[in-house]
Amino acid sequence: MIPDLILFFGLALVAVASAIGLLLSRSAVYAALNLILNFTAIAVFYLVLDAPFLALMQVTVYAGAIMVLFLFVIMLLGAEKLSTGPTLPYQRPLSILLAVILLLEAAYALFFRSSPGAPPAPALAGFGSPQAIGETLFSAYLLPFEVVSILLLAAMVGAIVLTKKPRRRG
Amino acid sequence: MDLGLWIEWIVKAIILIVVLLIGFMYLTYMERKFLARFQNRYGPNRAGPVGLLQPMADGIKLIFKEEVIPKQADKLIFILAPVITVIPAWVILAVIPLGSIQLFGRTIDFSLAGDLNVGILYIMAVTSISVYGIVLAGWSSNNKYALLGGIRSSAQMISYELALGLAFVGPAMMASSLSLARIVEAQSKTVWFAVLQPIGFVVFLVAALAEINRSPFDMPEAEQELTAGYHVEYSGMKFAMFMLTEYTKMIVVSVIAATLFLGGYHFPFLTDRWPWLGPLVLFAKVIILLFGIIWVRATLPRVRYDQLMALGWKVMLPAALLNVFITAGVMYVLGMIA
Repeated sequence: MIPDLILFFGLALVAVASAIGLLLSRSAVYAALNLILNFTAIAVFYLVLDAPFLALMQVTVYAGAIMVLFLFVIMLLGAEKLSTGPTLPYQRPLSILLAVILLLEAAYALFFRSSPGAPPAPALAGFGSPQAIGETLFSAYLLPFEVVSILLLAAMVGAIVLTKKPRRRG
Repeated sequence: MDLGLWIEWIVKAIILIVVLLIGFMYLTYMERKFLARFQNRYGPNRAGPVGLLQPMADGIKLIFKEEVIPKQADKLIFILAPVITVIPAWVILAVIPLGSIQLFGRTIDFSLAGDLNVGILYIMAVTSISVYGIVLAGWSSNNKYALLGGIRSSAQMISYELALGLAFVGPAMMASSLSLARIVEAQSKTVWFAVLQPIGFVVFLVAALAEINRSPFDMPEAEQELTAGYHVEYSGMKFAMFMLTEYTKMIVVSVIAATLFLGGYHFPFLTDRWPWLGPLVLFAKVIILLFGIIWVRATLPRVRYDQLMALGWKVMLPAALLNVFITAGVMYVLGMIA
């Protein structure tokens, strides 16, 4: 029990600190690096929760995606420092207001629940395994899966068309 | 958690890292010796008998070199980049199965996590983060050659990762599992997947060469164009860490290739009778593959950058997709007959 707690709080510290670092860092490269650290910490959370498939997907997909983001930052922005101060005048008060509302909601949900709530049932054997996910994906969620694949194909074709130079005639 | 299990894991992890470090040292020696023989030279032969102490001499020399950090460099990332590069190369071998033996009434599995049910995905995840170190090294050096090298390598690795991932699909389908232990077992029951998956095997070998930036795909460190590429500003032990990563990755892809396509730790008749031979059998297969990688370097000239990209997207990716398609079709038809 104690090692679990140490592990959890260590990971939580890394996740929260990297999220704050992402928000506060003025250099785009450091922000991207903090984002990677954050996603990796979340992936380890999934591992602790006995969901290795989800954890590895988190690393592969998000780390890969951020790699592209990172390259954009390097090549387009040149990693210049962002200017200080908010760009929209109403942004900061609005964000504070929304954060307070969210906190109040969470506190309400925590303290004024009608019932204490049953402890969650332990996960079934093989829950979240590649086989289980594959079977669910190709039976219950077949239609959304196929729709997403067509959507991605359309996005791919669109990207190729947009980046292709118009061919000169004659 | 049982204390004995912790000790077992820690011992295995240390053994793994020590084996990789010694492997790195003597792989440099092996490469220099073989390259020399390919080019009709002697190679290193002064330090120790037949030059066997040459890796030690190199290491000591690099420790005493001055560490230069460019004034305009981003210091934190500049120092972190070699570390970020090394870690993926070390952790990836945790999922390689090495067989097990019965000793003192309990089963001892040689591997760290060989039976992980998402082993192949683990390899994919680690390869997808292994490019960061190189890009960060290139960017933080604040040197245009280094930056170009880093960007080239990221483009190359992202492109070839697709073909590499699709080459993994073939063995996974035939073993109907993502666990590397199951894949080796499936090969021990039939034949090696290199025989059943010739396209997948070739695609994997080519994509792996590109993924580890080895000749003929060593564009990120093309000397003529980029002076040395992403590690041009690094010196001393930081440079040594990049070299360490490069050679460790050679070992790692050879181990993965041997496990997925050449039967892994299993060899017909030999390991069935003496299971403790498993790691040695894998070692022999890896040595043969490493020799192949060095042979390729001695033989082929470096390809041009646009040829590299064209090969990756127009040949490797369709070939890998075709392999998946054929495998699925054949398995379906065989399933219908049976």
